[in-house]
Amino acid sequence: MSTRLDVKKTYKLYIGGQFPRSESGRSYVVNDAKGTFLANASQASRKDARDAVLAARAAFGGWSGRTAYNRGQVVYRIAEVLEGRRDQFEAELRAAEGLNAAKARTYVDAAVDRLVWYAGWADKIAQVTGSANAVAGPYFNHSAPEPTGVVAIVAPSGPLLGLVSVVAPVITTGNTCVVIASEPHPLTAITLGEVMATSDLPGGVVNVLTGSVAEIAPWLASHMDVNGLDLTGVADPDLARSLEEAAADNLKRVRRPGVEDLLAAPALDRMTTFLETKTVWHPMGI
Amino acid sequence: MKATAPSPGATTFAQETASDAALRRFLHGLPGVDQVGAEQRAASLGTRSIKTESKRQAIDLAIRMVDLTTLEGMDTPGKVRALAAKAMRPDPADPSCPSTAAVCVYGDMVGVAREALGVSAGSTAGRVHVAAVATAFPSGRAPLDVKLTDTRDAVEAGADEIDMVIDRGAFLSGRYLQVYEEIVAVREACVRADGSSAHLKVILETGELQTYDNVRRASWLGMLAGGHFIKTSTGKIQPAATLPVILVMLEAVRDFRDTTGQQVGVKPAGGIRTSKDAIKHLVMVNEVVGSDWLDPDWFRFGASTLLNDLLMQRTKMQTGRYSGPDYFTLD
Repeated sequence: MSTRLDVKKTYKLYIGGQFPRSESGRSYVVNDAKGTFLANASQASRKDARDAVLAARAAFGGWSGRTAYNRGQVVYRIAEVLEGRRDQFEAELRAAEGLNAAKARTYVDAAVDRLVWYAGWADKIAQVTGSANAVAGPYFNHSAPEPTGVVAIVAPSGPLLGLVSVVAPVITTGNTCVVIASEPHPLTAITLGEVMATSDLPGGVVNVLTGSVAEIAPWLASHMDVNGLDLTGVADPDLARSLEEAAADNLKRVRRPGVEDLLAAPALDRMTTFLETKTVWHPMGI
Repeated sequence: MKATAPSPGATTFAQETASDAALRRFLHGLPGVDQVGAEQRAASLGTRSIKTESKRQAIDLAIRMVDLTTLEGMDTPGKVRALAAKAMRPDPADPSCPSTAAVCVYGDMVGVAREALGVSAGSTAGRVHVAAVATAFPSGRAPLDVKLTDTRDAVEAGADEIDMVIDRGAFLSGRYLQVYEEIVAVREACVRADGSSAHLKVILETGELQTYDNVRRASWLGMLAGGHFIKTSTGKIQPAATLPVILVMLEAVRDFRDTTGQQVGVKPAGGIRTSKDAIKHLVMVNEVVGSDWLDPDWFRFGASTLLNDLLMQRTKMQTGRYSGPDYFTLD
């Protein structure tokens, strides 16, 4: 009889489609619900955040330039791959949060369903939020939503559903994002990164950082090449306020933190917050 | 040591440059380059950590060393004017930002560049220089008289500096004297009517020279013939400026000054796009040849996109937040 050695997993960051360690070389201990050691996670630094923004910016042109239909297909593909790895995610949720089997299943189901729901919106959001405008002249005038650019997100603490709920609406509409995973539960976020890396999502569209929100978020909030800021996961009101102030310098679109029921049916607002409207006059009769 | 500008066919090397055979004997007598050693040394110098205050100075120095370049077939007077404006005031939002060393354009754009820079006759001190590429840039495949006419035209139009390409075909087939005499002839063509002379930069196009030994030989050849600068590349060939190549060239200018007392400048060009790259080069200059070369008169960067990255880093250090490409001009 042979005894196998444990295969310990090294949780790294997810930046530009790669899984690099933190530039700083730091890591921090992640415990399970009972307080016993689970794994080490990378503790990202401001330079990792900078690299992630570069990757997101580089990916923006290609991702936003795809047809909405194609983006929907890719987001749906994430749901497919996630569905195929549901056992792994259920086990991770049970370990991380101490959920029972039924509860863990509920969250994984909800995460998959959430992705499918947003995937369906990819090629429909423009019809709902865009418009053909009546003008007093012989012109077409219409308004269409466009992605705003690179969005920095602080994810809420629900390790899987929380992350999916904030990332999916942002990327579905053509934005790219840098997301800081839940500080106490970062491992599932990196596993979700593996799902994204294997589901036709171009590298750099989603970049996942793990580490201290208080350390990384201010650099993203003040970054002049970031166009939107989602503060859903910021619990500390003072930090949220200072991040909002930092974001004002280049007029980022900011979504303020609030109490969220992650299991509740989603609305369009997470998508529309990070859309901007382009209105075009089109002369007729040429 | 007070350095003097080199003059063509410096007497020290009259014998070595007397015939093709003598020149070949001299160039092949230069010590060979340890390829692995050079690459290792370049890589290890690239790992230096440069801290805040040094970085601030390095970025400003690098901006002052930039030859802001546009060498495209689609260059228009408008683009050259925009480039000249950027060279004078790289960051319009910040008057403390230094101007670049020069703008580098094709010969027919020299007049436009001079006008845009507001250059009148006289001293080049304290203003952005106008550098022109000449001698059938970038291939150098033209008869000698065409190359010389090209050079004279650029000098006549008011270029302060001439970037010439060597004949790599002749060099690689061992006709060193031909290359030497061509550089000397171009150097003579740089002389203006009033007896002063445009500075000559000799482009070796190291990406086509195949070996570091050849880079060392070409460097010496360019210096023997009286080049004020030796420059890595046209920017049209990959690989262009790499750190090991710069290391070899810096060693050559150091040895040349030790032998002759004449200081020659070095200009990497092509492929240097980030502040980090630029700072690695400055570290290498300081380590290999010392601070005498840490000056725009003796070290230049031929670059276009590098300047924006330097400006972004500079803004980051001043404001404490990361900047983005949206806030700087595209060219």
